Amino acid sequence: MTTIRVALLHLRIGVMNDLQYRVNFALQVLQSLLAVAVGLIVFQLVFSHTTELNGWTHDELLALLGVQAVMAGVIHSVIQPNMMRLTEEVQEGKLDHALVKPVDAQMLVSVREVQLWQAVDVLIGGVIIGFALARIGGDLSVLDTLAFGVALLFGAVLLYCFWLVLATGSFWVVRMWFLPELFEGIFQTGRWPVGIYPDWLRFGITFLVPIAFAITVPAEAVTSRLDWKTLTFAAVFTVAAFAFSRWFWRFGLRRYSGASA
Amino acid sequence: MRTEMQAQFQYRAATYMYLLGMVAEPVIYLVVWSTIADQSGGAVGGLTAGQFAAYYIVWTLVRTMNIVFTPYGWEWRIREGQLSGQLLRPLHPIHYDVAQFAGGKIPWLVYYLPIAAILTVVFHPTFDVRPAEIVVFAVAIWGAYLIRTFNQSALGLVTFWTTRVGALFSLYIVLELLLSGRLLPLTLMPGWVQTLAWLLPFRWTFYFPIEALVGDLSNAELLAGLGMQLFWTLIGIGIFSLVWRHAIRRYTAVGN
Repeated sequence: MTTIRVALLHLRIGVMNDLQYRVNFALQVLQSLLAVAVGLIVFQLVFSHTTELNGWTHDELLALLGVQAVMAGVIHSVIQPNMMRLTEEVQEGKLDHALVKPVDAQMLVSVREVQLWQAVDVLIGGVIIGFALARIGGDLSVLDTLAFGVALLFGAVLLYCFWLVLATGSFWVVRMWFLPELFEGIFQTGRWPVGIYPDWLRFGITFLVPIAFAITVPAEAVTSRLDWKTLTFAAVFTVAAFAFSRWFWRFGLRRYSGASA
Repeated sequence: MRTEMQAQFQYRAATYMYLLGMVAEPVIYLVVWSTIADQSGGAVGGLTAGQFAAYYIVWTLVRTMNIVFTPYGWEWRIREGQLSGQLLRPLHPIHYDVAQFAGGKIPWLVYYLPIAAILTVVFHPTFDVRPAEIVVFAVAIWGAYLIRTFNQSALGLVTFWTTRVGALFSLYIVLELLLSGRLLPLTLMPGWVQTLAWLLPFRWTFYFPIEALVGDLSNAELLAGLGMQLFWTLIGIGIFSLVWRHAIRRYTAVGN
């Protein structure tokens, strides 16, 4: 209970801190809209040459693009800033400050930074999903909506676990400046359904980098093409990944030696 | 140039990871367009999956050559007052930028080769290259490098007035994605976009070098392309020095 309260308090401080910089909000909106515009133009170009891609229609792909934007917002506002701060503190030997606090260290290093304006992508993604669903027409059943919500949650947790494992790597490899670039490149594969990629790549972005679970699976739920087997598997995989990342974090922590102590 | 070369060779693992992230971009485009080509009976807009593969594999090399000092670099340099020290040197700072990033190209090229080999094995490109095309390509990638350097540096100088350049740079990248052939071969674009692309510098930094190697351009077209690159390089230098002369008066730094 205390753990959750501390986490929420940290998040609130982060949000209030960012609220001071309003111009950044306008800039972020502009940049997010530009990114969406490019995505839409690419869809227009693709669908001027074909009517469907790997069994997905234009509107269904639009929903997928929306999910990708939502996840991008979650990663950029909460997950990535915290994990990059973690790698920097390991490099500079400053992690002691977090470790000596009387709460769970993994929780603490995961909530210290919030970049509120990056979360604009969550809103934009939501609008895109809504727009896509309206165009597809037909009613979304309660069950599908529920599956969508659950799949999104699993996806976000999986992405967090993946980032935590990467960032924990900084206990061994000190220089990690390339992480955002590397992740950003791979994350872009999520703009398309995993089915179009060749087998080796599909395997990679399903199990090594959980992009298939984070983006394609929720998009399948919201376009009513998800079966329960996939969702159950996603649940098992999420629990396993969380347990593994926590074990790995503790394992890495043992290698840490501070510079300030 | 030499120092940058050695620095890049030192941090091999990190540089490779960075490159892997970069390679994702063309691989995604390639997969999407080959899927469409296969779905529509082998070709889209006259391009087969093999030709797409060739296009995007060469794309990767051109992109590597196209890495330049970004407007963000200028923003940092100007906001933090780093420019003061550089202004004291006998040569204009741009000389160091051009040389430094040019030096980085040779290690990058070495890193590129295995990636190109893997992509070739995986995606089966179709190549049909004449010696003249190789020569033009070897020149054109440096032309592309110079055009992009001066365009982005001129954009970076805007920081002298605004201290923030992110939004403007994003706009530049969007235009580049659409009008340079970075996103997809320009022949797949609507006619009016192709005409527009002809009139702007972007096309000469991606599409022309790639097309010089993988496409079927005549000698006259190849020479004309190099001419256009020279033209845009000169324009770039012109704009950059013009803006520089006005901008540098506004520069004030504290400390140092």
